[in-house]
Amino acid sequence: MCLAIPIRVEALLADDMARVTLSGISKTVSIALLEDVQVGDYLLIHAGYALTRLDPDEAERTLDLMREAAVPGLAEMQDWRP
Amino acid sequence: MKYIDEYRDGTLARAIATTIASEAVPGRHYQFMEFCGGHTHAVSRYGIEDLLPSNVRMVHGPGCPVCVLPVGRIDDAIALALRPGVTLCTYADLMRVPASGGGSLLKARSAGADIRMVYSTMDAIRIAEDEPGRDVVFFAIGFETTTPATAIAIRLARRKMLRNFSVFCNHVLTPPAIRAVLDVPDDDNADEHTGGVRIDGFVGPAHVSTVIGTTPYVALAKHFRKPVVVAGFEPLDMMQAILMLVRQINDGRHDVENQYIRMVSEAGNLIAQRAIAEVFELRASFEWRGLGELPDSALQLREAYADLDAERRFSITTVSTADNPACECGDVLRGRTKPAECKLFGTVCSPETPMGSCMVSPEGACAAHWAYGRFRNRVARQPVPAAT
Ligand code: SF4
Ligand code: SF4
Repeated sequence: MCLAIPIRVEALLADDMARVTLSGISKTVSIALLEDVQVGDYLLIHAGYALTRLDPDEAERTLDLMREAAVPGLAEMQDWRP
Repeated sequence: MKYIDEYRDGTLARAIATTIASEAVPGRHYQFMEFCGGHTHAVSRYGIEDLLPSNVRMVHGPGCPVCVLPVGRIDDAIALALRPGVTLCTYADLMRVPASGGGSLLKARSAGADIRMVYSTMDAIRIAEDEPGRDVVFFAIGFETTTPATAIAIRLARRKMLRNFSVFCNHVLTPPAIRAVLDVPDDDNADEHTGGVRIDGFVGPAHVSTVIGTTPYVALAKHFRKPVVVAGFEPLDMMQAILMLVRQINDGRHDVENQYIRMVSEAGNLIAQRAIAEVFELRASFEWRGLGELPDSALQLREAYADLDAERRFSITTVSTADNPACECGDVLRGRTKPAECKLFGTVCSPETPMGSCMVSPEGACAAHWAYGRFRNRVARQPVPAAT
């Protein structure tokens, strides 16, 4: 019951609410648990409440670390050509 | 989709798998438990086990709140919903969980009980406002991910002075469950054949940790000398976390590391933690399916919110009820039995006719294995190049 994916904020609404859209489906969610939400932020939404905001810099850094972790493996994969 | 597809790159996943295979020490066996149902789902859906070398194995843990809710509490909810004047609001996941005597909320609804599926606690509040003549009870369940949503609803009901709203609280806590899984006698934990299952490290909860942060795992990792890596739910997140665990084991470390740094901080969501602390307090003891009674493992409403507590309002006294004896959910939740090893799996037990809770929630180990793992042996898979 906790699967959730990061969804972009499209608009801020009254009463600590925000509109988010995913694949054309628009939903109104509560942002009462977060401070200072901006349009364009990616939020993790659980049962109608945003629990956390994605950090874009850390998201990039994680990808870099994943690529680094993959480098030794890539070198060993015979079927892999850059 | 942004921030999703990047973490599902198959080439990168296989390359990390090759790195894992080359770093995992031959002859040494690495066994990691993924606590969260979300991770169990990812393991099955993306065939992560097939990518890993044979000496690195995953064990499914108890991490799905639907799966660990004991039968007695579902029975209570059904009894509540059957009371005249009561409207029971619940998350959809709970509708098909088997109760005693072959019942379920879904069957109770067909029998005339007023049970409504809600997406959010706000929907339950709205129903209470729109229908003042009904006694609206929210059937609250979940780990720390859904607890703040319940806390906010309780505060809101108080502020709006709603007299016809209450909460049947079944919120449970993650760290005590991890402790219960690890806290078995040493020989039990050391050897699979004595009934326990050896766990060398944990893939820590993803979305639970957005709320509680990574700090609560530090004492556990230290006490049990097991590494914990908090990880996201995408396949690359899992692969990276497994590599981090292998490296910790190789180095003889047992630290808490955070792979999911894009979403999870050390301290977690303080606003959510404050809301929870204001409304809830620890329950002395709570029964978990598969784990039994665990002290200090669940929450109840504080005295100050007693009037919003359905348990007090309707004098609920839960009777512990045994699971269907043929169902092996309890052992599946502890990682002792694999779904396919249960005699009922795929014969009488399937998502259409679940016999146990692990088959109901999409994040339950049995449902995940049913959806993605069943045919694995028959399907020719892309071979993963062996490490040289
Ligand atoms: S975070 Fe989601 S998947 Fe993990 S335990 Fe909670 S409900 Fe289950
Ligand atoms: S297959 Fe069904 S009966 Fe067996 S453990 Fe899983 S949920 Fe329980």
